[in-house]
Amino acid sequence: MALNIEKSKCIGCGACVVECPVEALDLVDGLAVVDPAKCIDCGNCVKICPADALSLPDQPTKSDGKRDPEAGSKFNIQDPLPDTVEDYAQGNEKKTIRAQVTPVAGGDVWSGVWVIIEYNNGKVAPVAWELLGEGRKLADAIGCGLCGVITGYQVDTVVPEAFAHGAEKVYVIDHPVLKDYRTEPYAEAITSLVRKYQPEIILMGATSIGRDVFPAVATKMQTGLTADCTVLGIDPETKLLQQTRPAFGGNIMATILCRKSRPQMATVRPRVMAMPERVEGREGEVIREEFSATESDFRTKVLEFIPSDAKSAFLDKAEIIVAVGLGIAAKRNMVLAEELADVLGATLAGTRGAVEAGWLTHDQQVGQSGVTVRPKVYIAIGISGAIQHLVGMETSDFIIAINNDPDASILKVANYGIVGDLFQIVPAMTAEFKKRLQHGVAN
Amino acid sequence: MHFVVCLKQVPDTSEVRIDPVTNTLMREGVPSIINPYDAHGLEEAIRLKEKVGGKVTIVSMGPPQAKEALKKAMSFGADRAILLSDRAFGGSDSLATAYILSSALQKIHETEPIDLVFAGKEAIDGDTAQTGPGIAQRLGFPQLTYAIKVRELTDTTVTVERKTESGRQIVQAQLPALITVEKELNDLSYASLPNMMKAAAYEPEMWNFNSLPFDVTQMGLKGSPTSVSRIFAPPGRTGGEIIDGMKDPKGTAESVVQKIFQQNIIMVHPLAKGGKH
Ligand SMILES: Cc1cc2nc3c(=O)[nH]c(=O)nc-3n(C[C@H](O)[C@H](O)[C@H](O)COP(=O)(O)OP(=O)(O)OC[C@H]3O[C@@H](n4cnc5c(N)ncnc54)[C@H](O)[C@@H]3O)c2cc1C
Ligand SMILES: Cc1cc2nc3c(=O)[nH]c(=O)nc-3n(C[C@H](O)[C@H](O)[C@H](O)COP(=O)(O)OP(=O)(O)OC[C@H]3O[C@@H](n4cnc5c(N)ncnc54)[C@H](O)[C@@H]3O)c2cc1C
Repeated sequence: MALNIEKSKCIGCGACVVECPVEALDLVDGLAVVDPAKCIDCGNCVKICPADALSLPDQPTKSDGKRDPEAGSKFNIQDPLPDTVEDYAQGNEKKTIRAQVTPVAGGDVWSGVWVIIEYNNGKVAPVAWELLGEGRKLADAIGCGLCGVITGYQVDTVVPEAFAHGAEKVYVIDHPVLKDYRTEPYAEAITSLVRKYQPEIILMGATSIGRDVFPAVATKMQTGLTADCTVLGIDPETKLLQQTRPAFGGNIMATILCRKSRPQMATVRPRVMAMPERVEGREGEVIREEFSATESDFRTKVLEFIPSDAKSAFLDKAEIIVAVGLGIAAKRNMVLAEELADVLGATLAGTRGAVEAGWLTHDQQVGQSGVTVRPKVYIAIGISGAIQHLVGMETSDFIIAINNDPDASILKVANYGIVGDLFQIVPAMTAEFKKRLQHGVAN
Repeated sequence: MHFVVCLKQVPDTSEVRIDPVTNTLMREGVPSIINPYDAHGLEEAIRLKEKVGGKVTIVSMGPPQAKEALKKAMSFGADRAILLSDRAFGGSDSLATAYILSSALQKIHETEPIDLVFAGKEAIDGDTAQTGPGIAQRLGFPQLTYAIKVRELTDTTVTVERKTESGRQIVQAQLPALITVEKELNDLSYASLPNMMKAAAYEPEMWNFNSLPFDVTQMGLKGSPTSVSRIFAPPGRTGGEIIDGMKDPKGTAESVVQKIFQQNIIMVHPLAKGGKH
């Protein structure tokens, strides 16, 4: 008897290889392979396989072919708890022995949810507040504290904002070398705090800064990092952070776990988590840490910063977006979209197709390789709704799409999917909006 | 100068889909390509070599089939290509991948000191954008991510324009350094005939676990702190109302606009009120 592997289902994730207590499994050319001589038919791998690719001849472990939602998120049963668990749970010398023991999820060692608050050029990246909102839920699910971290120069005005957005405690490193963002000093500063206070989870926006500094911090800490998450959760049983992210250009979603290393680290896409309520005057504890660095420690210099023009910079904050795709057919037809945008006070954006055609600039591209937007209203004109586009706009509050192909994917995500010719529909909508808005009549 | 390009062979992701019923990747017949960002890194390395002289080495980790990507890459004018291939490397996450690649770069560096490393902004399959920074950290090189232009290269420094959400940052780093590149960095050129012929005859060097003093606990599935616990198709947003606008476009447009106001989706806003005539 031996384990049966259905090759067509195997996704090569390797979960089974890790799970196998007797090292009978291996990945060969990206697919799981079993050594029947070693296999003891324990079935651990069958339970953990996320793709239902494994089975044992006599025990179809999963009754109805559906996957067990808990499978794959348990600690390896074969892992004995370290002997030292008792000691450190009680006590005093936590710091010194922490490094050698397997972390206990939700335990008092490696404890707390941290959000790194990105503050640059005098502005906080709004995703930091979104993450304090999300972090609150995670911290409540674990039963631990929620802290903000601010590293930068002259950051005092940011501290009360962090409390207002839900942080209970704020760690601050304020130092002139942190004036302009650079990887080296920022990674040093964040890592020094992580080493000292040992949070269980740290989150940061998946911005160009977050995606630059977090891999450096994760490497210094030798821990796992999940990129660009769109959903976070806590496994109720193991208290592990479930980090869900798009991969393969948005064609698949993957839930990633970091079982044994700490902290669990994730960058999270801006504008996918809801903005928490801001409560003026909320207070908390401020912990200021020294940072013993001098300019000569670092090998990079920022020579200049050239801000991009305001119009495109605000795309991700736009309330109403009028977006165009290749269906608009020619540059001269862009006027249709421009007129609609004008009437609504909307921001113009579009697909990669429209950008590549030269009708829009790259800053105006929505999607996987462009900007993620979350406006109140998204009007999609002549856009097919490729997955790479959808990932950038699906979380819009209300989507209106105009497309003459009844099978276009965009219509499936739209609240109002209008099957029709954009050259007729759009001007008529513009005229009707104009009429009503000018006269202030809603009905 | 010695330029090293990290190059990954990837499936053409616009064609990878998930089977909604079985929740598995449908990858049959999906073609493999050179990660598009890495092609721009290679292009830049070759242009710089042509300008200042030196050598371009390509390093890749992947299955033996990735040799094809390396041969193709050689045809653009690189000088050496190394493929790291071993079962022990399989299943590595970005931390472990960076460990393996940086170990290889370390070894190359010992005999032929590296000045500048190029990596892609991200790989289009895993999309983490974490491998480049991970390599830089381990080698102790400064990292310059999201580069859209190499402004200047001297014997001791490199200056690049980096793309950020709010604008362009001009940064100078001491060499050796690592740059991760955006597609805007350059336009790709075509392979020349002599280079294509040279590449056709070229065999990439194969390195495996025994080629270097690797630490097995830092690689593969067991050396990777992250693991995939589940994959699934992206949740489709459930559709709303489909409205037929073919028969009476004007009437449809008007009634949709009316509904939009009735349901307060767009409100009569003082700012928009005085809209242009
Ligand atoms: C790695 C990767 C990253 C990508 N990143 C992005 C990204 O960030 N953003 C992005 O948008 N794309 C991205 N793409 C490209 C994406 O796959 C699609 O190719 C692109 O979104 C299609 O653009 P489109 O909808 O404008 O064009 P098309 O797919 O050609 O759609 C045009 C639509 O217009 C409709 N139409 C035509 N005439 C009319 C008419 N008269 N009236 C009404 N409707 C009409 C057609 O029915 C069709 O549905 C990426 C692709 C890859 C591989
Ligand atoms: C669905 C899915 C989700 C995943 N999620 C995560 C995750 O959240 N965290 C994580 O740590 N790992 C994750 N991984 C694993 C990750 O994809 C692999 O570790 C991969 O080897 C490197 O990451 P990447 O593809 O994201 O490359 P990136 O880090 O995006 O690549 C950036 C650049 O690094 C260089 N590079 C990367 N890989 C190679 C290579 N093999 N050879 C040469 N150069 C290379 C290239 O220049 C490339 O352009 C995931 C894998 C899958 C299949």
